[in-house]
Amino acid sequence: MSEVIVVTSGKGGVGKTTTTANIGTGLAKLGHKVVLIDTDIGLRNLDVVMGLENRIVYNLVDVVEGNCTPVKALIKDKRYPTLFLLPSAQTRDKTSVTPEQMKALVDQLRDDYDYIILDCPAGIEQGFKNAIAGADRAIIVTTPEVSAVRDADRIIGLLESEQLRKIHLVVNRIRMDMVKRGDMLSVEDVLEILRVDLIGVVPDDQSIIVATNEGEPIVGNSSQAGKAFENICRRVTGEEVPYLDLQADGFFKKLASLFRRGY
Amino acid sequence: MGFFDTFFRKKNSGNKAKDRLKLVLVSDRAGCSPEIMEQIKNDIIEVISKYVEIDTRGLDIQITQTESDGDNGNVPAIYANIPIKEMKTKGH
Repeated sequence: MSEVIVVTSGKGGVGKTTTTANIGTGLAKLGHKVVLIDTDIGLRNLDVVMGLENRIVYNLVDVVEGNCTPVKALIKDKRYPTLFLLPSAQTRDKTSVTPEQMKALVDQLRDDYDYIILDCPAGIEQGFKNAIAGADRAIIVTTPEVSAVRDADRIIGLLESEQLRKIHLVVNRIRMDMVKRGDMLSVEDVLEILRVDLIGVVPDDQSIIVATNEGEPIVGNSSQAGKAFENICRRVTGEEVPYLDLQADGFFKKLASLFRRGY
Repeated sequence: MGFFDTFFRKKNSGNKAKDRLKLVLVSDRAGCSPEIMEQIKNDIIEVISKYVEIDTRGLDIQITQTESDGDNGNVPAIYANIPIKEMKTKGH
């Protein structure tokens, strides 16, 4: 049975595209057939995060307008044979696609893929409405900041009013050192405020920036963030995976050594 | 000084963030336009007026947050302060 997941956040810059790329890659790594769809028309980005920007021939708008078949527009990932990307159009705008067209497209893809993951644009306008139209479930990405959590709350409200009730939260870019000294909202704080189920906690990790520079998702590698994304993928498939003890390893050791130096 | 700062600081920024968020979300979530609030207010006046005479000028209705009886934390609630002028106790 296939599942359509929208990755959304409201606020921009919290890590939607990175999360989409890593969840998609992670699920493919687990052996699933996955399509990633970049729904951010006019601000295409998922292709560069995936390192597939040089292979684009057709895009989402071409497919929706009937200029080519979905299969023809899909770019096969260079690492995993069961992973595909449908890139967005760069020279068009959000009004080129309607929610009905998006829904028809994802329904068409359901037959052939296990997971269809939609990278949603920031905001709550047309692009957001397009992205959520055909989704069965949502993964909301937020960071432990007032603005991001506030926007996440708004998004949760909008999803619920669209009868999309399977909603999970990823808390991205958490810094346990700052949480420890009380200068950052903790995961518990964010959950208490938003009251949705958690599906992952991703630490603020420099390796994400390095990976994005190289166009390589980091899911499953030895970095903390890589492990966190791998766990998210397993949870998406329904597996129960314990949360990483972010204080206990690399992170905390680094912090401890910092303190030792400081005092 | 550093020691005291750490342990006796009034409120760290994480808690401040949480408090500010909670406050801002009360009004965000209510999402109630002033017109709807006015309608709610008028309907409440109409219903209560069947039983008691109320002071409509002193009436105060707003959407706030309150702790729920269940364990799902705070929930939005309609808070109404309705001063009663006189009970309509004709039947007694």
